Amino acid sequence: MQSQTIDPAKTALNYHHTEAEAHHEEHPDHRITGLIMFLVAEGMIFFGMFGAYLAFRSVLPSWPPEGTPELELLLPGVNTIILISSSFVIHNADTAIKKNDVPRMRTWLAITAAMGAIFLAGQLYEYSNLEFGLTTNLFASAFYVLTGFHGLHVFIGLVAILAVLWRSRVSGHYSNEKHFGVEAAEIYWHFVDVVWIVLFGLLYIL
Amino acid sequence: MTQAQLQESANPAQSEEHGVRKWRDYFSFNTDHKVIGIQYLVTTFIFYCIGGVLADLVRTELRTPETDFVSPEVYNSLFTLHATIMIFLWIVPAGAGFANYLIPLMIGAKDMAFPRLNAVAFWMIPPAGLLLISSLLVGDAPDAGWTSYPPLSLVTGQVGEAIWIMSVLLLGTSSILGAINFLVTIWKMRIPGMTVYQMPLFCWAMIATSAITLLSTPVLAGALVLLGFDLLAGTTFFNPTGGGDPIVYQHMFWFYSHPAVYIMILPFFGLISEILPVHARKPVFGYQAIAYSSLAISFLGLIVWAHHMFTSGIPGWLRMFFMITTMIIAVPTGIKVFSWVATVWGGKLRLNSAMLFAMGFVGTFVIGGISGVMLAAVPFDIHVHDTYFVVAHLHYVLFGGSVLGIFAGYYHWFPKITGRMLNEFWGKVHFALTIVGLNLTFLPMHKLGMMGMNRRIAVYDPKFETINFICTMGSYLLAVSTFPFIINAIWSWMYGSKAGNNPWQALTLEWMTTSPPAIENFDKLPVLATGPYDYGMSNADDEEVEVPLSDEREPALAAGPNSALRADPDPKFAANPEDRK
Ligand code: HEM
Ligand SMILES: [Cu+2]
Repeated sequence: MQSQTIDPAKTALNYHHTEAEAHHEEHPDHRITGLIMFLVAEGMIFFGMFGAYLAFRSVLPSWPPEGTPELELLLPGVNTIILISSSFVIHNADTAIKKNDVPRMRTWLAITAAMGAIFLAGQLYEYSNLEFGLTTNLFASAFYVLTGFHGLHVFIGLVAILAVLWRSRVSGHYSNEKHFGVEAAEIYWHFVDVVWIVLFGLLYIL
Repeated sequence: MTQAQLQESANPAQSEEHGVRKWRDYFSFNTDHKVIGIQYLVTTFIFYCIGGVLADLVRTELRTPETDFVSPEVYNSLFTLHATIMIFLWIVPAGAGFANYLIPLMIGAKDMAFPRLNAVAFWMIPPAGLLLISSLLVGDAPDAGWTSYPPLSLVTGQVGEAIWIMSVLLLGTSSILGAINFLVTIWKMRIPGMTVYQMPLFCWAMIATSAITLLSTPVLAGALVLLGFDLLAGTTFFNPTGGGDPIVYQHMFWFYSHPAVYIMILPFFGLISEILPVHARKPVFGYQAIAYSSLAISFLGLIVWAHHMFTSGIPGWLRMFFMITTMIIAVPTGIKVFSWVATVWGGKLRLNSAMLFAMGFVGTFVIGGISGVMLAAVPFDIHVHDTYFVVAHLHYVLFGGSVLGIFAGYYHWFPKITGRMLNEFWGKVHFALTIVGLNLTFLPMHKLGMMGMNRRIAVYDPKFETINFICTMGSYLLAVSTFPFIINAIWSWMYGSKAGNNPWQALTLEWMTTSPPAIENFDKLPVLATGPYDYGMSNADDEEVEVPLSDEREPALAAGPNSALRADPDPKFAANPEDRK
């Protein structure tokens, strides 16, 4: 309507636009920001479940309820140390790729993956030796659901690391300039780690 | 030159190629935000119609005190599906639909930050909706209300409840993915030179909405996972017979669902803040007040949830805390309402359908806000909790607010989306029928609630019959009121008069491109020659004064009324190095 009646060339304002052509090549990468927001949401699921756990704890007359077998601390303790140290290990992978050192990155990632797998195996072993089942009582249910939900996240992180390893076979897939996958796997792994620390504190120590 | 002409000549829409797409694109996994926006808007509207049919079935049952239309069990399923569909498949995703369509256009971006994720988020909705509706075919529709409180929800039918949980989990995931996209897009993809204070207010509203989506929806997911375990695996998190505590579910549920009412209203606050100034031809009153009150609402909204639980046996101090925080929310809400009234006040109003719906929104929403403050008072709420007073309140805010806001948005942006104008006469008929039907249906419910009529019950005391009859007639009128709109929309989409690029002489960037917008929105990077709401502001003796609005070498630097390039810049600070002599 109006725009047709005014010839831009004849107005006081004479615009020359740059073509936004560079757009596609240098599409700014917002994926890390997106991932962090996603992890905020994930964190809130855990936050909600932890809140529920604390609420149950405070409502019930005794916690864990009478007759719950004691939890063994040694195995989960070792497991915790393995998981926490793996966070440092995966950070080395990130440092390596920033120096464009793909072989080193692959080594560090492989070690992280192995540590993650040991953690999961340890957890399964712990499950198989526990004297209570999912429906024994409220504590047992909460124990299995919380650790299981966390274990699922470890598993996803493990798959992500393996995917990065798989893709890095192709030389040049990751470089010091292009390493979203490595960085994402690292951030996710740290997240899983932090959640475990809180979870461990709640279930085993508190 | 008017401000609109100024903005338009700064952004000549040159594209001859209109963004008309093949109809098949709308049924495919398309990553264009405009296609996705339309997919959202149309799909949610279809669910609105389904939810509306369910509502009228509910009202038909309630026309008489006896259960002479459907059995009480079917009645329970009807109101459960009605509310679930209206909330999770209509109002929440409709807001996402507008956000998808409008945000990139308003900030001058070519698309959302994560187009593929965006398409994924949309394509979770139809399966979730079909899943929910399929429960009717299975013969075990969910019937524990949209709140799905245990232990009731654990004993009324496993299949239906499991379907309900699955479907709501899917829809929740979809809205989280959407929120991530909106936040990153608004934050990172504005044209250079558009500061946050030059963003249209809708973007502010979507920041606030997405933040609460991100923080609260996951907690609902957590609650539903635990509920699912109780339902299917025999745990007793929320089941008192096994030592669990149903109140914990209520806390988790309302930790999401109170913020969710703001997820359902803030986007439409945003739309209204766009529509009112355009059709009042006045700058919006209190830009920053409106922007910040959205953020205040989203923060406060996170700490008021237990006002839904005043009668659930929570301790006295907690009641007090939540009563006070709830009442405080009325303050930022009031700020918005006063700003809108002041925006319209003394304007040269164009009373077209969009404006009528927007003004209707403000009017009816205020009634719902006032009944909300009444409910926030514990001594009052104890008496009317779970009565029709609450039903009246929530429909004044959700129908009188959100739904009228959606319609205002439809009328306002239809020309941009389709390139054609809606018929004004039928738009006004639609408005008149809606506003009468809405008040006829929901106003008498306040009285019913005060008289003590319970919600969610198929039979009631015969003394309530007359008022219920009025409500039911009102609901039929509401059903009728939708037809002028549907027919108008379809007809206008095909044969309406051509809209042109900027039929409302608006200033925000979505109007600075063709209608419908070209495939990648803008041919050139758009620039801001005026603020988003500078309507009716004079720009002295226009043509004579050479306002250097643009830097020819680097237009990206030349945006915005605060740009150093608008006035004669001090050479020392000139944006372009060559000018720094
Ligand atoms: C001034 C702001 C508001 C206040 C103070 C307020 C207060 C309340 C209170 C105290 C209740 C609980 C009543 C009860 O169950 O006994 C309630 C219920 C409700 N409110 Fe609001 N409200 C406000 C705005 C809104 C808005 C903007 C929406 C949605 C767009 C909304 C939607 C609802 C819904 C859906 C319910 C019923 C939930 C259910 O039990 O099914 N409210 N409100
Ligand atoms: Cu509430």
